Amino acid sequence: MITLACQIALVAIGLSVVLNVYRIVAGPDVLDRILALDTMVINAIALIVVIAMLFEAPTYFEAALLFAMVGFLTTVSFCKYLLRGNVIE
Amino acid sequence: MRKILVPHPILTLFITLVWLLLANDFSAGHVVLGLILGIGIPQITSVYWPERPKIGAPLVIVEYVLVVLWDIIVSNVQVARLVLFHRGDALRSTFITVPLELTAPEAITTLAGTITMTPGTVSTDLSADGRALLVHCLDVDDPAGTVAQIKARYEARLKRIFE
Amino acid sequence: MPIVAEFLIAALIVVGAFFLLVGSFALAKLPDMMRRLHGPTKATTLGVGSILIASMAYAAVVRGTLSIHELLITLFLFLTAPVTAFMVAKAHILRDRRERAKLPPTGSEKGWATLDPSPGSTDELAGFERK
Repeated sequence: MITLACQIALVAIGLSVVLNVYRIVAGPDVLDRILALDTMVINAIALIVVIAMLFEAPTYFEAALLFAMVGFLTTVSFCKYLLRGNVIE
Repeated sequence: MRKILVPHPILTLFITLVWLLLANDFSAGHVVLGLILGIGIPQITSVYWPERPKIGAPLVIVEYVLVVLWDIIVSNVQVARLVLFHRGDALRSTFITVPLELTAPEAITTLAGTITMTPGTVSTDLSADGRALLVHCLDVDDPAGTVAQIKARYEARLKRIFE
Repeated sequence: MPIVAEFLIAALIVVGAFFLLVGSFALAKLPDMMRRLHGPTKATTLGVGSILIASMAYAAVVRGTLSIHELLITLFLFLTAPVTAFMVAKAHILRDRRERAKLPPTGSEKGWATLDPSPGSTDELAGFERK
């Protein structure tokens, strides 16, 4: 039953990534694209965790954690650039 | 003595806990290593923490966390319903101003984060003098009621925790 | 393995995936920037949260090992999601002139922090407006 749930989740998350790609392509503003990329990172974390459960491979955890950190930093530095014109002041 | 060894007790506890979770191992060796990090890092960085927030009322903190977790679940269901069954143009979204009674920066940060995570509201900006919070509501029919709810549900509890 | 635990874990995974889908759907569907912001910040945190809880329960029930480091990702996401939303919202009201006209007053003589013209920043403001 858990395998089936994981497969359903993989399909749903894959669909979410497609919707994020639509928003990245459609825009219209650069902030929409930043937000879509941020959502995509969160979807990727969920994807990694589900795959780790499906394949019973606990080492995927580090990848998910690093993804979370890098995703947060990129989003904040993009926004900081738009707010201030530079990243490190 | 306590001030020199443990300048920031909550940070010490937090670093130790994060280390144990990262290692995913709760054996005695990792507890000791975590404590070394937890005592060492606050000492090295204590120059950057000139002011420490006063945190009191542990029971209120537990109550606050439970209230916020419950609200996060409720807000998710609400937002999911709004998104799935309403037309995007029909949502009555608006900006509202929430006047703040809190003064501690930590308290305002917590309030802004809580507002973002809970029913249909996202905190957008703070006024330049730190006296008001700009909040965007996804679908609201009574702006004054939303402001009153935020103040009663979260701000009153945060006031008891931080002041 | 108890069938009830298996059912609960499967339900948590599916519920989490559903909320992730709703968050992305909100991002794709809603008509303007501030409304779009509501979908991802809420739905995705609970989505990832329940999938991570399922992962912890799975390790405890199926493999019989205590593995609670998923809690770290949950904690990290719950701390960073409001910061991300706040930064995006600030950048948006700085760049969009029409949105700026809709803002309510602060209730005091000072303006909103992002828009309040502090010395030397007015040129910067004009430079980063949305074209």
